[in-house]
Amino acid sequence: MSANNLQLDENGKLQHFLSIGGLNQQILNEILDTAESFTSVTDRVIKKVPILRGKTVANLFFEASTRTRSTFELAEQRLSADILSLNVDTSATAKGESLLDTIHNLEAMQIDMFVIRHKDSGSAHFFAQHVRPGVSVLNAGDGQHEHPTQAMLDMFTIRHHKQDFTQLRVAIVGDIMHSRVARSQIHALNLLNTAEIRVIAPKTLLPVDTESLGVHLYDDLHQGLQDVDVVIMLRLQKERMRGALLPSEKEYFNQFGLTQDRLDRAKPDAIVMHPGPANRGVEIESSVMDGNQSVILQQVGFGISVRMAVMSMIVGRSGLQAGE
Amino acid sequence: MTIQIKNGTLIDPVNLSESTTDIFIEGKLIVSIGKAPPAFSAEQIIDAKSHWVIPGLVDGQARLREPGQTHKANIASETSAAVKNGITSLCIPPDTQPVIDNSAVIDLIDHRNAKAGNLCHLYTIGALSRGLEGEHLSNMASLKENGCIAFSNAGHPFINNLVQRRAMEYAAGQSMLVIIQPRDDDLYANGCAHESSISTRLGLPAIPEAAETAALAKDIELVAQTGARTHFGQLSCARSVDMIRQAKANGLPITADCAMHQLFLTDHDIGEFDTNKLTIPPLRGQYDKQALREGVADGTIDSICSDHQPHEVDAKLRPFPSAEPGISAFDTLLPLAIRLVEEKVLSMPEAVAKLSTKPANILGLPAGQIAIGEQADIVIVDPDVHWICSGKNFASRGRNTAFEGWDFNGRVLQTLVAGQIVY
Repeated sequence: MSANNLQLDENGKLQHFLSIGGLNQQILNEILDTAESFTSVTDRVIKKVPILRGKTVANLFFEASTRTRSTFELAEQRLSADILSLNVDTSATAKGESLLDTIHNLEAMQIDMFVIRHKDSGSAHFFAQHVRPGVSVLNAGDGQHEHPTQAMLDMFTIRHHKQDFTQLRVAIVGDIMHSRVARSQIHALNLLNTAEIRVIAPKTLLPVDTESLGVHLYDDLHQGLQDVDVVIMLRLQKERMRGALLPSEKEYFNQFGLTQDRLDRAKPDAIVMHPGPANRGVEIESSVMDGNQSVILQQVGFGISVRMAVMSMIVGRSGLQAGE
Repeated sequence: MTIQIKNGTLIDPVNLSESTTDIFIEGKLIVSIGKAPPAFSAEQIIDAKSHWVIPGLVDGQARLREPGQTHKANIASETSAAVKNGITSLCIPPDTQPVIDNSAVIDLIDHRNAKAGNLCHLYTIGALSRGLEGEHLSNMASLKENGCIAFSNAGHPFINNLVQRRAMEYAAGQSMLVIIQPRDDDLYANGCAHESSISTRLGLPAIPEAAETAALAKDIELVAQTGARTHFGQLSCARSVDMIRQAKANGLPITADCAMHQLFLTDHDIGEFDTNKLTIPPLRGQYDKQALREGVADGTIDSICSDHQPHEVDAKLRPFPSAEPGISAFDTLLPLAIRLVEEKVLSMPEAVAKLSTKPANILGLPAGQIAIGEQADIVIVDPDVHWICSGKNFASRGRNTAFEGWDFNGRVLQTLVAGQIVY
């Protein structure tokens, strides 16, 4: 079964949200437009709409998460869903229950939508293949594969500041190898016809044949940042030092850390993004992170609208939308 | 018991010829080909008109899951599946639980095979190191005495090259074949897919070619150093084929095989995380598949094995990196060989040789040819049966096929092992 078939129903509407790969530009734009309409909701005094009233959403986080999980929960609450949040690390699977049994047990509780994060690439697809018809799966990060809602909130942030993707140069800097965010971002930027996508990283943090994703490679931050409109910094995880991928945080910062000086090579109105959580002084200088080109905190806020948008599109598809 | 197989098309993998003839069997042995021996009276006549008659297949690497993992399959289920698919000799690698490093495990396997009716010849490959832990040599002489036909560490690492060297030397001292699956565990890391644009897109931890070739280079050097007769099993990379070709040209005492599925599938077939395509070594690229086919055709790859690994359903019902590797391969071994012929990689006698005569010669087994005085391990095949592969119809207990939905030609009609009709 292809991702395409799995994610879209027979009318081409979103039924699961598993990966940006396999989607089309029209769906991406619909997500962005819908999210736009929800930003007004999140600015209201009473921040709720009844779109998911009577629906139950289960948040299954097999891996720790702070901001993805909390923004998903807020999005669900603002859509009036009933929520079941499980920290699965300490629950059934730790006692040896298989993932499939976990799915079936939760289904027996009449869950309508699963939000899942899991260490294995492909786990969201696995869930989607095994839930009952009518039950939807949203990928909140599967291994090193994709993190599609993060990419869409990044696209939303870029569109908010830059409008037209076809004129943009976007640089993604850091650990592409282990980043599901980067893979989703690259697919999304390509689907939105971004003029140029640059990937800037040491060779040990690039997967083989990265160009096949549709990007230009740079191993030098100075060159790579020249005249870009958007700089996306990725988190560098400490354990990368242990796997002999990098010599030290210091050397990494010296070569790939974002400083104001380096940022000045980008266009004067370039924005700086980071999916979080950021390591100040490792991949990004504190003053840049807090500087006036940084839109990092805005990204977090937009995350709620984008996740509301995706969930409402999935529910709206089945015609069960509880409109007012 | 006397049997006459009448009018069959004998596919002879030794003389690489095909002819229509009769075969006469008395007791365990083939007593004549062509003309009935004097005073021969057949108690049973098998009409093999327009069918192929081939020697029983010899599978150099098949996991039957017993002892240790009988929830997946067992000796009774898999020997029965083997003979239904024309496989009459099976070699069990030492990574059973417990490991084949003592005679009790060999006795157990023999006992279970006898209990299942001795449908199929079972041979054990002993562990090179105790417990496959790569540290102490196993009692190879006594394992040999108890029936082990070769020694292998089944892809498990040695703690250092010195132990590997000693293990190979000691095996050579016992005049025994060493079997190596070249593997560098550090380079394998936690990988589950060939390192390529596909692993990059799917975000799957990747296995580089060097995980095989770096180990193979070292292993070939240790063959040169020790003179140990060595067979390299389940090769997957184009560069490995080149290295074997070169090492053979240099006169080293080596042979090699690959698993049948590597000649048909690539990492592209993983699609969207299809766990039935999860194998170790991984499915490689198109270039590797082509090089393996060329190696098979020019003899660099001497033989082909099934690398049969039956699983229970749950083993594959997991996200890709957490699923268990391996393919249930008995039911597709012969049909895929026929496909190699259809795709003009080999002639039919050559394909049969790769699955019988060649592995039998490498492993020193009394099998792999149809000739007077040989044991009557014979398979009758109807080449004109068309069928669509579906795991749910498999003879093996493992339904984990990587060839679901494939169109195949050819089906086994009857199988004789040591003169007995076992299927």
